[in-house]
Amino acid sequence: MMGESMALPFWLDALIALLLLSGALVALLGSIGLARMPDVYMRLHGPTKASTLGVGATLLGSMIWFGVGHEGLSAQEILITVFLFATAPVSAHMMARAALHRRVACREGTHGEPWDEMDRLPGYAESSPSSDNQR
Amino acid sequence: MTATVLPIALALFSLSLLLNLYRLLRGPDIVDRILGLDTLNVNAIAVIVLGGIYMDSSLIFEAALLIALMGFVSTVAMTKYLVRGDVIE
Amino acid sequence: MTLMPQLTHWWPRPHFSLFLLVLWLLLVNSISPGQVLIGAVLGWLIPFSTQQFWPERPHLHNPGRLLLYMLRLLVDILRSNLSVARLILRDPDTLTPAFVRYPLSLTNEFAITMLASSISLTPGTVSAGLSPDRAYLLVHVLHLDDEDELIEQIRERYETPLREILE
Repeated sequence: MMGESMALPFWLDALIALLLLSGALVALLGSIGLARMPDVYMRLHGPTKASTLGVGATLLGSMIWFGVGHEGLSAQEILITVFLFATAPVSAHMMARAALHRRVACREGTHGEPWDEMDRLPGYAESSPSSDNQR
Repeated sequence: MTATVLPIALALFSLSLLLNLYRLLRGPDIVDRILGLDTLNVNAIAVIVLGGIYMDSSLIFEAALLIALMGFVSTVAMTKYLVRGDVIE
Repeated sequence: MTLMPQLTHWWPRPHFSLFLLVLWLLLVNSISPGQVLIGAVLGWLIPFSTQQFWPERPHLHNPGRLLLYMLRLLVDILRSNLSVARLILRDPDTLTPAFVRYPLSLTNEFAITMLASSISLTPGTVSAGLSPDRAYLLVHVLHLDDEDELIEQIRERYETPLREILE
């Protein structure tokens, strides 16, 4: 295990180590946000971005590691990274919509009003009467 | 240097997985649980990739790709079910 | 040019076909002739057999500038992740979350999708809904300082370039 990694030039080795470590830290921050934020909408922020970026950095690190000398550049990591970055906002959007639809309460002191049942309301102007009971 | 950093990164990701599990088990609303599961998926990909480096094999990445695909599809299916009451219209 | 409608019927979206071919080659992780052939067939078959499901095709004016846009988005993601990291580690009671209605000026579906994804990927904001008349995007902000400034920032940084590229 890891036998050949000694052959790497120092700066490349350091770069990979930096990518792996910072990726893990950023992903951990996202998960901390998920665990300690008070309402669903605020919890969405941590995982969708920080975790995606953290895993992206980890994948980049492994791409370099496999790219120099080991099994050759593996294309699947590129695919996973692109896929993660393309899908994370979509699933975040879907989860926010589901939370709004279920009228999950947001924290006291949230500015502005969400609209609910946006499938039925035509938009901004008429959204206020029914969205008051949401909080 | 990579060899020394690898276990640390794995430990950090395991901590992330535990935090996600906490949200998955506790999560007041069902949306919280979905969010926890989705994040668990994303972090699991990273663990698989780190495992791939550790074992010096890129074969395992097919599994990571599959988890990424299945995680996204299941998240969308579950939220769609919550919003529409139906997955395929 | 009388041949054109025929051609677009039998080969609806050349760019998409090329994209699918590249995707297939990345997926199987090889560029042997057999795989290129399978990828090419799939790249033709999938757009052809699903063309009824695509009501409007996106017009990509300038692929180079789209790449530039993505690069800038990546820089933004990195930079604002640092600020959101600070917010997460702060006491949650001191944060002022908010829902903001962002008035859209884009009309193309694909462009709106791109804008919503950009908003969700830059930390501090998540797009949470689109009004049925497509006039507003509901954005949840983790820590709001100034609503007008935020709207102005989104318009300037993301919406204007996207409109130039895609509409």
